[in-house]
Amino acid sequence: MSAVIEYAPLLWQGLLTTILVTVLSGALCLVVAFTAGLARLSSHRIISWPAGVFIEVFRGTSLLVQMFWLFFALPFFGIQLHPLTAAVLALGLNEGAYAAEVVRGAIASRAKGQTEACIALGMEPALRLRRIIIPQSIPAMLPPFGNVMVDLLKNTSLVSLVTVADLTFRAQMIRSSTGQTTAIFITILVMYFVLSYLLTLLTSWLERRYALDRKALAAQRKESQLMKVGAA
Amino acid sequence: MRPSTEPQPLATPVDLAPDPVIRFQNVSKNWGSNQVLKSLNFEVAPGEKVSIIGPSGSGKTTILRILMTLETPSEGLVKVDGDVLWDVTAGQKVRETRQMRETRRKIGMVFQQFNLFPHMTAMENVIEAPIHVLGMDKAEAKARAADLLNLVGLGKHMNHTPPQMSGGQQQRVAIARALAMRPKVLLFDEPTSALDPELIGEVLNVIRNLAHTTDMTMLMVTHEMRFAEEISDRVVMFDNGAAVESGPPAQIFKDPQQERTRTFLRAVLQH
Amino acid sequence: MIWDNNFAVSVIPLLLEGLWVTVRITLLGTLLAAVLGIFFAILRRLAIPVLSPAVSFFVVFIRGTPLLVQAYCAFFVLPAYGISFDAFTTGVVVIGVNYSAYMAEVYRSGIQGVPKGQWEAATALSLPGARTWSRIILPQAIRTVVPMLGNYLIQMFKDSAVLSAITVVELMATAQAIGSSSFRYLEPLTLAALLFLAISYPASRLVNRLERRYAPQH
Ligand SMILES: Nc1ncnc2c1ncn2[C@@H]1O[C@H](COP(=O)(O)OP(=O)(O)OP(=O)(O)O)[C@@H](O)[C@H]1O
Ligand SMILES: [Mg+2]
Repeated sequence: MSAVIEYAPLLWQGLLTTILVTVLSGALCLVVAFTAGLARLSSHRIISWPAGVFIEVFRGTSLLVQMFWLFFALPFFGIQLHPLTAAVLALGLNEGAYAAEVVRGAIASRAKGQTEACIALGMEPALRLRRIIIPQSIPAMLPPFGNVMVDLLKNTSLVSLVTVADLTFRAQMIRSSTGQTTAIFITILVMYFVLSYLLTLLTSWLERRYALDRKALAAQRKESQLMKVGAA
Repeated sequence: MRPSTEPQPLATPVDLAPDPVIRFQNVSKNWGSNQVLKSLNFEVAPGEKVSIIGPSGSGKTTILRILMTLETPSEGLVKVDGDVLWDVTAGQKVRETRQMRETRRKIGMVFQQFNLFPHMTAMENVIEAPIHVLGMDKAEAKARAADLLNLVGLGKHMNHTPPQMSGGQQQRVAIARALAMRPKVLLFDEPTSALDPELIGEVLNVIRNLAHTTDMTMLMVTHEMRFAEEISDRVVMFDNGAAVESGPPAQIFKDPQQERTRTFLRAVLQH
Repeated sequence: MIWDNNFAVSVIPLLLEGLWVTVRITLLGTLLAAVLGIFFAILRRLAIPVLSPAVSFFVVFIRGTPLLVQAYCAFFVLPAYGISFDAFTTGVVVIGVNYSAYMAEVYRSGIQGVPKGQWEAATALSLPGARTWSRIILPQAIRTVVPMLGNYLIQMFKDSAVLSAITVVELMATAQAIGSSSFRYLEPLTLAALLFLAISYPASRLVNRLERRYAPQH
């Protein structure tokens, strides 16, 4: 354990980098998910087709290949990305492609009656999506989004292979300089595990918060409080 | 109301009949080889309350859905309040047009399955379209929504969401939601057939009130024969994609002229 | 010209060799995961004190930690305790165990999906436990999980690239080795990506079709 304690500051920096990469690529992932997922649903071929190609290509090849491609192959086109940029781009695009399917699926499975009610009320497609269909689909998206985010977190360990100094990268450094393999790896396994667990907690909190009838529940609580006040 | 700046010619008795607010002219609808509407001609006068009856599969819902632009006719002309909603020649591909969107604003619809927005309260369901489609001020929309919800007897349930309400309450919210758009024509597709029997009455009462107190045109598909008889100005009997008989309720229910109407009524009124 | 076609063509045979290693890892890994997964699912279901919770924790822990770090553990830690295999075997075991945790979940939902009446009928017929599992429950459970197993197989095919980090010479490692020895990364990496796509895309279409075929009949 001595190496773990001695190198705790290094591991801490690695942890911060891992969290930074997760947050940045998680944000990119969400943007990509909604952009590609909604585009996929468009009735215009020129919009839905490129989105489909993007989704299939990024889901069909390995994340590691994509990351290496951005890091090692892109320079041949004169574009040299910072390792962190390449890592975040690859993670965000790759997990975004998976999450886009979540968005598409959740929206496509919305009851047909909802769209019809919107049409009957004269709501244009953009308004329909923004006010009715997307808000309703969020609860259905949250559990699979949670899975994508946990996957993303775990996959941040791959950024160590393109020289981003995350938790895994630091662990490898410490291992090669101290030889205390077991202690170091057990430590970071536990750290990753705690992070995934926290993400799971966050997801289930969001699920509860965005459950369809939360507003009504809140209103009822208020009402019953008022009644209590009135009775007192 | 049409502007009356031009000098009116002396009215002959024929001109006294107002222009229809709904006009179907040779409208057909096919699904594959299944011809659901067969060159239908059908008109509804402004303010008229019309009930459509007929056996299952006769095309009643299809008529309403074409009016609401939820379905595309295969052929024919549909006009609403003088404006063209559909003008389709056979085999032509139709796209949604601005004209169509503007015309359908005059129409509202109450669905068999309510189709309330489940993530919104009753109040939010009613104010959604007035604010975001009509651009109404939020305070005004809320005040009107409160009036409408009171009108349908749900003043106490404004903050409840659909899952917390009974079917009858949901359908009454759906009626208030449709009314909030001030439609000229309100369509009802079997508004009570998804309801438990003891909840039907409360919804029918709301519709009855509307029929008696507004000059809105109402077009209702229903299996509630007594209700149709009571509130309609006219009843239309549909069979096989065509209107086989049309007339005042007294005539249709007491003295139907067509054999098809007679057998249908005998079958549904038996129990 | 950025893309060197002659070079690209010249490295294809090497890449195909790498692809063959990737395919073998995937097939063996899936087999291991499918078998281990059943054991984990049954052990959890039997609710044996200590053992079942331990299995549950193991499954959750594996699912909550990165494959890469698990691979490092197997590669660097186990040999310190006298357990060592060649890189290929280590790779198969690591990815097989990793996926068994996911498959255990799939089986669990499949087992849960078998109607209660099936268990009751087996009890009414006095079938012994092993017979009930092997002849009544598992055949029905597995039927509904076949498409999910297909999805995981495809996922494993792509994930196996991670094993290049522990010196398994599969497709990704081959592409990387070509790149670093020739200083040309564009062609081998692009070709590797295309090879992954060429297999996983048709495979996922196939699984989609299976999914529709095996969709539970409600
Ligand atoms: N989307 C569709 N695709 C194919 N056929 C359809 C579709 N919608 C309706 N039909 C067919 O059109 C015919 C008329 O349907 P419609 O819903 O208008 O009948 P209806 O008179 O409202 O009957 P009900 O009393 O059962 O509601 C039926 O034969 C139905 O099967
Ligand atoms: Mg109908």
